[in-house]
Amino acid sequence: MNEATTALALETRLLCKSFGALTVADRIDFRLQRGARHALIGPNGAGKTSFVNLVTGALRPDSGEILIDGSVVTELAQSVRVKRGLARTFQVTALFRRLSALENVTLAIAEREGVAGDLARPAGRYRWIIEEAFALLEGLELAADALRPVNMLAYGRQRLIEIAVALGLGPKVLLLDEPAAGVPSRETELVASVVERLPSDIAVLIIDHDMGLVFRLARRITVMVEGRILVEGPPEAIAADPEVRRVYLGEHERR
Amino acid sequence: MATAGPVRADLRAESGAVAVFARRHRVHPLEALPWAAAIAAFALFPSYLPLGAQILATILFALSADLVLGYAGIVTLGHAAFFGVGAYTAGILAAHGWGEPISGLIAAALAAALLGLISGLVVLRTTGLTLLMQTLVVATLLHEAANKASALTGGDDGLQGMVVWPIFGLFRFDLFGRTAYVYCLVVLFLGWWTARQIVQSPFGRSLTGIRENVLRMHAIGAPVMRRRLVIYTFAAGLAGTAGALIAQTTQFVGLGFLGLERSGTILIMLIIGGVGRLYGAFIGVPLYMIAQDRFSAIEPVYWYFEIGLLMVLTVVFARGGLFALIDRLRR
Repeated sequence: MNEATTALALETRLLCKSFGALTVADRIDFRLQRGARHALIGPNGAGKTSFVNLVTGALRPDSGEILIDGSVVTELAQSVRVKRGLARTFQVTALFRRLSALENVTLAIAEREGVAGDLARPAGRYRWIIEEAFALLEGLELAADALRPVNMLAYGRQRLIEIAVALGLGPKVLLLDEPAAGVPSRETELVASVVERLPSDIAVLIIDHDMGLVFRLARRITVMVEGRILVEGPPEAIAADPEVRRVYLGEHERR
Repeated sequence: MATAGPVRADLRAESGAVAVFARRHRVHPLEALPWAAAIAAFALFPSYLPLGAQILATILFALSADLVLGYAGIVTLGHAAFFGVGAYTAGILAAHGWGEPISGLIAAALAAALLGLISGLVVLRTTGLTLLMQTLVVATLLHEAANKASALTGGDDGLQGMVVWPIFGLFRFDLFGRTAYVYCLVVLFLGWWTARQIVQSPFGRSLTGIRENVLRMHAIGAPVMRRRLVIYTFAAGLAGTAGALIAQTTQFVGLGFLGLERSGTILIMLIIGGVGRLYGAFIGVPLYMIAQDRFSAIEPVYWYFEIGLLMVLTVVFARGGLFALIDRLRR
């Protein structure tokens, strides 16, 4: 394994996926550097969420390869990819709604530590896991809500718990699928500042429509259109690219 | 992220969230209540002990259904399959010259657990209505098999000629049901304690995660199928134990042990008590069975009407079972 491959947290090679006549992934070559702050943008139906589902293993590709941290995971189950360091959040909040915030994060950490299959000892004995979960919530300023069921919390806070659950998995790669979707504008700032403060060794891929958020957080942007990668580059280059303006930003302004 | 001021430190102290969480598995004094009631009933109602023993064994069956439905969120209409297999295992052993009750109970639990494992491998691959239908199919197949294999099971007439030996060679099953009552109570206690340990373990917590959101469970890397299979197998063993208890204490097994009605009734008892809290079984089962006993003494034909009324009242006024009602009144 050479230097170039090991510097990549996530890579896809010629990834293809079609549903009948609809191609959602068309020979996607994508590279995510270690510790990257990378955004994936594109108009509705460009295949962004399908790409996330392919990478996490919720969808099987027709052809092509997926590598996490330099090793091929194309054939591996979703749960194994998580163990390899791939975590995601969902576009629509998918938490354990009636369980407390602390329980949500504790469940994730217990899976990461490989103790979640233990039937013999009370969960409370794994105090260090609860401590770590609490510290994570504390870091996101959610300590006061730790024992409240998450469905009682404001939506912006639920989005943060989504991130806390993903962080509890100790990821090398974090896929944030529209982290601020559905959040009232005054709470967007909260989500953005949390993403900004994420540990620098985690490679973050943000999939979003919100241009303000993307240009604030990303140091590199990939634009997808109709299942293909149109262009990739630093934010300034993307903003100036006439092709991008035509297919995406222009369309965005017209709305 | 290192901004833990004095306020935050308080939250982590003994009264704080972490401590509350780490203490959840401790035994609450109120948890002694069902056991105190069971012991009091033994002293107060000596002529009702045979019914009491049936109630205790049925609580164990309902507890097993609660693990599957209330914790793992597996909706089943075939739970009697495991109950029946346990009953027939203990029954056939006792009718063929092996009447030792404890080993009969263990054999019944193992046979039912094996069925849980094998059927679970197929059934648990599906969800929703398909899963419901498949559990129904498993129970129906067994019901038909037991009907056909009448040489072994007695078919429609039921299994005759069980001889159950005294427990430890000392305590014989008496006509007043004293031994049966204590036997069922001890087995129920052991079953409840094991179930409680499991529910409080990280495994048990992950089951509630599966019930709440399977998608998210996959996303945090949990082997969902394996977890479900483990609890399904364990619960099957528990249901088999309950079936064996009733077989041994009544010295009879019939096709009804495997029937759809029994699978349905146990869910009704559980729903009346409250699903997913381990204690619903302790309220719902006695209430249902005592009501059934009383109503059928007054009106031998129409007692289902009162039971139906009880069910309707529960659904209208006590969503989430009587337990939820108690919760609401306390607030």
